[in-house]
Amino acid sequence: MLSDKARDAIREQMARYPVSRSALGSALYIAQEECGGWIPPEAVKDVAEVMGMEAADVQSMMSFYVMYHKAPIGKYLVEVCQNVSCALLGAHQVVDALEKKCGIHIGETSTDGLFTLKAVECSARCDLAPAVQVNGIFIEKMKISPDEALQLIDELKSKHERGVVEENLYNAVFTPEKAHPSAQKAAHAASGAASGAAGTG
Amino acid sequence: MPEVKIIRKWVEDPQQAKIDVAMSRGYYADARRAVLEMQPDPIIEMIRSAGLRGRGGAGAPCGMKWGFMPKAPTAERPSYLICNADESEPGTYNNHELMQFDPHQLIEGMIISAYALRVRTMFIYIRGEMVLTAKVLADALAEAYAKGFLGENIFGSDFSTDLILHRGAGAYICGEETALMDSLEGRRGHPRSKPPFPAVQGLYGMPTTINNVETLCNVKHIVAHGVEWYRAMGTEKSTGTKIFSVSGHVNKPGNYEVVMGTPLMELIEIAGGVRTGHQLKAVIPGGSSMPMIPKDVCEQATLDFEGLQKCGTAVGSGGFMVFDDTTDIVQVCEVIARFYKNESCGKCVPCRIGTDFLHKIIQRITRGQGRREDIALLKGTCINLAGEKMMDSRSFCALGDAAAWPIIWGGLKHFQNEFDYWIENRQSPVGLPAGQSATL
Repeated sequence: MLSDKARDAIREQMARYPVSRSALGSALYIAQEECGGWIPPEAVKDVAEVMGMEAADVQSMMSFYVMYHKAPIGKYLVEVCQNVSCALLGAHQVVDALEKKCGIHIGETSTDGLFTLKAVECSARCDLAPAVQVNGIFIEKMKISPDEALQLIDELKSKHERGVVEENLYNAVFTPEKAHPSAQKAAHAASGAASGAAGTG
Repeated sequence: MPEVKIIRKWVEDPQQAKIDVAMSRGYYADARRAVLEMQPDPIIEMIRSAGLRGRGGAGAPCGMKWGFMPKAPTAERPSYLICNADESEPGTYNNHELMQFDPHQLIEGMIISAYALRVRTMFIYIRGEMVLTAKVLADALAEAYAKGFLGENIFGSDFSTDLILHRGAGAYICGEETALMDSLEGRRGHPRSKPPFPAVQGLYGMPTTINNVETLCNVKHIVAHGVEWYRAMGTEKSTGTKIFSVSGHVNKPGNYEVVMGTPLMELIEIAGGVRTGHQLKAVIPGGSSMPMIPKDVCEQATLDFEGLQKCGTAVGSGGFMVFDDTTDIVQVCEVIARFYKNESCGKCVPCRIGTDFLHKIIQRITRGQGRREDIALLKGTCINLAGEKMMDSRSFCALGDAAAWPIIWGGLKHFQNEFDYWIENRQSPVGLPAGQSATL
């Protein structure tokens, strides 16, 4: 089910680490990105195949971490922190408002596939309390009120209807070391070799 | 003592994340000087003499930890340095700020540290949920690579070091250093037994040092300004500054850097004071793993390792949560208990079962179904998790302590009257009816 591009991206991650298994976390992000935000069982098998592991071993990793989704999620993943400072400053009320507005409970996805609501543990932005994230990006507003949370849902709906495409970094895998001059030289050499091969063919 | 800006000096400038801006402010000059002009061991000695202690939670002496690393690692047995950027301790949000707004401070601190520890490969294990921060950090790392400050023969020296950015995927336990290493190896984040300590057998079984973001940022400044300058700040045993993330019932929540030893009440003033119209009730000074202290203890407390220890709590990660007189302490304890129940990794029985018991008992109380014997049951469960006194752990790793301490040494120690009130009256002592709690 994973494309050749995704498989190559996983192999590139494997080459980054002293021990290739360290790339399993990145591999699961790559699979999740390709599968539209969650990791179906077939993708687990494919990751296992590319990485030379047992599928059960990959599954054991995936099932441990909350950011790998085991079921389809909405286009907008809306997460509300429910830890101490956020709870004291109105997280409960924000969650209530969002549940009513989207017609779903925490943990569910709206029938139109647009929204998944999640209550999360301390998301490390207690200055914003209650902290709200959409696809991992914080709403940079202190003390968001239930009304403002409802507006947020309207804005996201409107964005969707207008076909606004935004970069989603939730599953992003970063390889900054590729900026190194020697890596660029290597890339040139590789493309040179490739075009040379094409010439002889 | 007022707010200081040493580690946080440039975090409010949105341009600071760009390498040219950072370099115009002298960044990377200290790493260059260290790599080209200094020997590794004197740097370790500097960190030891400066008295730098870990800022992530445990407060371990950084120089001592570094001293356990091999002096001559080989290609077959390399040393690793990991920056623990899995900031997840409830109430703490300063690592994210340091990385997102001044990433080059961390990178430079890590280059100096790698040189001192003779490390060829470093890692930043960044919390998965910090999506935007990871992107900013990745861009900053690409800039540092392009300038030749990372990679082969950095600054034109014969020293080479790489830095790999690794995203976590959502698990509090991975902030525990041995669980972090398991996670980085592509496994479930389960803690390992210590000893062997990471400096002997860490990542991939190799000697490894794990330091917090703020700790590594401090390294840059110690090397830049010297031991005497650093030791002039703080107390004898708690040197330098500490960033506290202030949240809860204050007028101006935010990250504030203060010199170690600053009176606790001054930090509340710096953060705009307790919410207008209300009185202080209690503070958790070091993240939710550390016990809360009531107002009268806060008034005696100073913000340094020994000062807070004397008050029966700790600096921890600097997650400073302020509670005013509207706060239902039992409900706060319920949120804390739920957190550790959710985040227990499941490896050891005392923690897996004990954290669930704690949550269930407190939840029963806040649902108005508490029983008189629940107080003793709570205490007993805490003791089964974390022993009869602090640092007498009975769980595999510190998560069990972290779950029990805020209940037995915080909520129950200082506010047992509120637990009793809930049990007697089946309602909140601060007037919240049962079922309308702050908790979900």
